[in-house]
Amino acid sequence: MITMQWAYALAGLMFAAFALLSALDRSNAKRLGNAAFWGLMALSLLAGSWLGDFVNGLLVLGLAGLGGFNLLGRSAPPSTSEAERAAWSERLGNRLFLPALIIPATALIGTLVYNYTPLGQQGLIEAKRETYIFLCLGALIAVGVLYAWLRPPAVAPLQEGRRLIDAIGWAAVLPQLLAALGVVFAAAGVGTVIGDGARAVIPEGSVFLTVLVFGLGMAAFTMIMGNAFAAFPVMATAIGVPLLIQAYHGDPAVVGAIGMLAGFCGTLMTPMAANFNLVPAALLELKDQNGVIKAQIGTAIPLLAVNILLIYFLAFR
Amino acid sequence: MTNYLVLAGILIVVIGFALRLNPMLVVTVAALATGLIAGKGPVEVISLFGKAFNDNRIIAIVWIVLPVIGLLERYGLQQRAAAVIRAMRAATVGRLLIVYLLARQGTAALGLISIAGHPQTVRPLVAPMALAAAEKEHGALDEDTGERVKAYSAATDNVGVFFGEDIFIAIGSIILIQQTLATYGYVLAPFELAIWAVPTAIAAFLIHSARLLLLDRRLAASAARSVRAEPVEALSSPSSVRKGEGPSTGSGRAGEERRP
Repeated sequence: MITMQWAYALAGLMFAAFALLSALDRSNAKRLGNAAFWGLMALSLLAGSWLGDFVNGLLVLGLAGLGGFNLLGRSAPPSTSEAERAAWSERLGNRLFLPALIIPATALIGTLVYNYTPLGQQGLIEAKRETYIFLCLGALIAVGVLYAWLRPPAVAPLQEGRRLIDAIGWAAVLPQLLAALGVVFAAAGVGTVIGDGARAVIPEGSVFLTVLVFGLGMAAFTMIMGNAFAAFPVMATAIGVPLLIQAYHGDPAVVGAIGMLAGFCGTLMTPMAANFNLVPAALLELKDQNGVIKAQIGTAIPLLAVNILLIYFLAFR
Repeated sequence: MTNYLVLAGILIVVIGFALRLNPMLVVTVAALATGLIAGKGPVEVISLFGKAFNDNRIIAIVWIVLPVIGLLERYGLQQRAAAVIRAMRAATVGRLLIVYLLARQGTAALGLISIAGHPQTVRPLVAPMALAAAEKEHGALDEDTGERVKAYSAATDNVGVFFGEDIFIAIGSIILIQQTLATYGYVLAPFELAIWAVPTAIAAFLIHSARLLLLDRRLAASAARSVRAEPVEALSSPSSVRKGEGPSTGSGRAGEERRP
């Protein structure tokens, strides 16, 4: 059976290559920091299932230390120049978009075929994980197609991938760390405490008020923290799971998906989300650094209201 | 008895983020502190955190697409996206931005987040095109109007990507939702979550499009009102935009803020 371990191994090998190429990259003054960071990611993906919980914990502390104390540098792997890219773009035209579509198409078609034909009955792929397996397959096919079509240097996919992952830096690991924080919160009983508190404040059995507090809470926490990823585990642990899903039997998929989107409405309204709101104001040389936020509030508030109503009507059908 | 002190972890996250401390450290300290306050020993807390991180490795799977996107960028993917945007024809600012909104939502829904963005497309293409459309229709713009057109250009990019990307099944937020709910025993497939991003995506398109059409009407009204009109300060040459930024908006080290 194809399990997630196969996908972890593939991603692990990719990160191992990033680590190796980083270590050899003399143009990056912090190359050893990058090599150690991506090396630890590779180790986690390749061997995490066998390292044991405590060693995995030390591994996370290592990642947090390397990322937290800015030991990673921005690399400049060999790539094409602006002029070369413009020339390629001109020559290849809109066909250039097609390989990018291979990944979502493979994931979508693969998942549908697997689930709606007898193929799925064979138990070839770990249950509920087929989309990720097809995603990996799509990425491999896309790389294969690009090799055949454009004949890049053999190491180019890994160097170009490293260029992008280094541009993201430690932030690439943050969502996983936030999810782990959510698990620790749950184990420590944070959700129970807030759930009990919310139950004391919100009138017993008022589903609508609970949805309202959840939606507004997602937006407010997102505005304070600057991103919905950090707010989601907190609000899910506090209100989403204990009250909306467990007490009132709301559909977990709706509560989760639209709850996150309620948080995105908060992102539109906060200077804490600097890269979305303040950086463009600077790039566009706006006099008012909050100009972009002001242009977004009129969309964010009605959309937040829509999200709250959507959760109320769709999760409690 | 309820142990209210376990809420200290949330406080650490809020204060740490507000003080702009490094999120990797803030999150780690919050996790360790919460575990210790809940009465667990240091080894037990580190093990719990390690197990939780390991159980959530699925979130790292999204990066498997980077070699493909990087390779396409090597052959001019961003330049191609820019060419497509440049070819957009629309009579008014509002309609131009509506077309861009639709394109941004649609491509984000296919997982193509980094082909457009503030440094890649808004600053060099969308904002100048929007200003040009406004000037063609309403004559020279006063400063406030020019500012508003530029701000709406950036806002349209944000709305498009935020409320398009969650339709894609392998985006970080979808997997984070899935993994958080799995902690409580609700095991969902990515499609079951992504499908519920569709109603909000439609609502976002309708609400923001309506506001863009209102912007057209406001521009027409203010053009009719203004007797004197001083030309808006044009954007300085695009060479001042940081080039070769890749998909990252702004500096790489501030990359944590790339997540909505």
